[in-house]
Amino acid sequence: MFAYVVRRLWQIVPTLLGVVLLVFFLFTWFGGDPAYLLAGKISNPEQIESIRRQLGVDRPYYVQLWIFIQQIATGDFGESWSTNEKVSAIFATRLGPSLTVLVPLLVIDTLLAIAAAMLVAYVRGSLTDRMVMIGCTVGQSISILVYIIVFQYVLAYQLGWFPVQGWGNGFAENLLKYSLLPIIVGVIVSLAPDTRLYRSFFLDEINQDYVRTARAKGMSETRVMWVHVLRNASIPIITNVMIQLPGLLAGAFLIERFFSIPGIGREVILAVERSDFPVIKAVTIYVAIATMIINLITDLLYKVVDPRVQLK
Amino acid sequence: MMQAALSIVGAPRGESAGLWTLAWRRFCRDRVGLASFWIVVFFFGVMLASGLRLIARDWSEEVGVNYAPPTFMGTAIPDRTAPVAPDSSGSKSTRESEIRQPGEGGGIDIADPLADVLAEIRAEFSGATAETGKAPTLVFGGDRWGRDVLKKAIKGTETSMFVGLAAAVLAAFLATVFGALAGYYGGWIDDLFNWFYSVFTSIPYLLLILAIAAVLNQKGTLTVILILGFTGWTGIFRLVRAEYLKHKVREYIQAADAIGASHARRMFVHILPNVSHVILVQLSLHVVLFIKSEVVLSFLGFGVGVDTVSWGSMLNEAQNELILGYWWQLVAATIAMALLVTGFSLFTDALRDALDPKLK
Repeated sequence: MFAYVVRRLWQIVPTLLGVVLLVFFLFTWFGGDPAYLLAGKISNPEQIESIRRQLGVDRPYYVQLWIFIQQIATGDFGESWSTNEKVSAIFATRLGPSLTVLVPLLVIDTLLAIAAAMLVAYVRGSLTDRMVMIGCTVGQSISILVYIIVFQYVLAYQLGWFPVQGWGNGFAENLLKYSLLPIIVGVIVSLAPDTRLYRSFFLDEINQDYVRTARAKGMSETRVMWVHVLRNASIPIITNVMIQLPGLLAGAFLIERFFSIPGIGREVILAVERSDFPVIKAVTIYVAIATMIINLITDLLYKVVDPRVQLK
Repeated sequence: MMQAALSIVGAPRGESAGLWTLAWRRFCRDRVGLASFWIVVFFFGVMLASGLRLIARDWSEEVGVNYAPPTFMGTAIPDRTAPVAPDSSGSKSTRESEIRQPGEGGGIDIADPLADVLAEIRAEFSGATAETGKAPTLVFGGDRWGRDVLKKAIKGTETSMFVGLAAAVLAAFLATVFGALAGYYGGWIDDLFNWFYSVFTSIPYLLLILAIAAVLNQKGTLTVILILGFTGWTGIFRLVRAEYLKHKVREYIQAADAIGASHARRMFVHILPNVSHVILVQLSLHVVLFIKSEVVLSFLGFGVGVDTVSWGSMLNEAQNELILGYWWQLVAATIAMALLVTGFSLFTDALRDALDPKLK
């Protein structure tokens, strides 16, 4: 187990190096000299010069790459080019709002999708199953933008059940007042694809011999479905949930933008609009690192859920 | 003797149906699949007709009054087309300005001091343009400048579908070449491409797209296609590589090796036709994915240029129009997109079932 974790951590190194190189060359070659981008934003030439010196623009590529690696290791990406806020401070203040919306969203969505998928998988082939599946297909084909626009307009603007957008100061106020509608919209958008996916996972298991055996032993249908089938179908479900975790750190771009939630996703969109490279670089690198670590945790979770899994 | 033997072997083979014929027969038996196929064909027709400038050529002409309502509604809602009464529009634009507030904290309760002025300006504007004798209603309504929403939707279909198709073809091409090389040669080539794969997949898809959009910093259809194509090959690569790993040890490849076929010939003439059904299904799947991505990118303003209309840019305009009560552009873009995406998704499912009967 320990040896496995060490080996996997060691394997992260080349991938991480690849991500660093990708981001570095993307921004250094295509991004051009920051002086051109900054000319419109920062009027003080000395400040531009100091940023250029900090990035080592005039020096060979390997020096610039080394500076970049140092930035990643120390977590010091300097200041945002647009707001002069420390990039690390941006991370620290934006992560909370993102998680306030996204953690409940992911939990509710996963639980609802599992329950719905279990139900339609149980009555597979019936009218209910087919109607739900058609509903999911159609629901999935409508853009997330339309859901957000319509829900925000009808529920918040016309009916006034929720604030149209905004963000407060206290955690309880944010969660119970401002996050409710974003969470509802997010759940509705992700419920359709997740239900379809989880249904197929349950269908793979539902005809297995052990299900028949469990029934033959006289177990209740509830126990067969919720204990035996669910446990066996949980590996692909865990995979799907864990894939979404790095997205939590990157924030929900569209939801945060529409509802003016000061999270990381909105910050990234703003940074792209303003060509604020330090912020984009930092988010990309750290989310990539988080992704790799989450992948490792996912593999360890497989072992916990299914002891038959061999870690090698 | 030899001739006879050959003809005996040859005869039934000539009559038996190939993979594609069989798949087509299976496909025709699937009624949902067939219906979705015709939806996709219809959209292809719209895309081509629009691309060849047969229809919707004059989409950018301001043919109607501002926000002309759809014809089937008539001009029954005068307060929407004619100059708006100051009080009602005043309250509306106040609320509109609330929505546009950057919204840090309690932006909700602040009234816009310019609301009344804006309402006057707006009333003046709609009064001025209403005089010029433009059509009071349009087939499916008009947008802010009185352009025909139906024509915009057709033009948007062209853009969004073309971007989706072109990006999917690019991604599938890259994935096939990479997957073929990695799966066929194995060894360090395989390691190299797997390294690429893990690098690209360790950055969340939308974040990667946004990062590239930030760096390129230029809008345009070609840019969107390149961004989506160069980032979206990973899923197909994984499957193609697995297929090549499976096929390269089969007898027919050994036979091809024995008669002296080159590596490239074995990869792309012998194996490729046998894995092409996997690529085709993935291609179709990615068209839908890329259409959705393009809509989001264009909505955020990082997609197609300002002189091009796509479903994403229509939704962007529709967002503000909805608050004023002009729902038709939103509905037009939504219906067009939902119809194509549903049709394409069902078509992909049917295609998969027809090409891979072992599934299910």
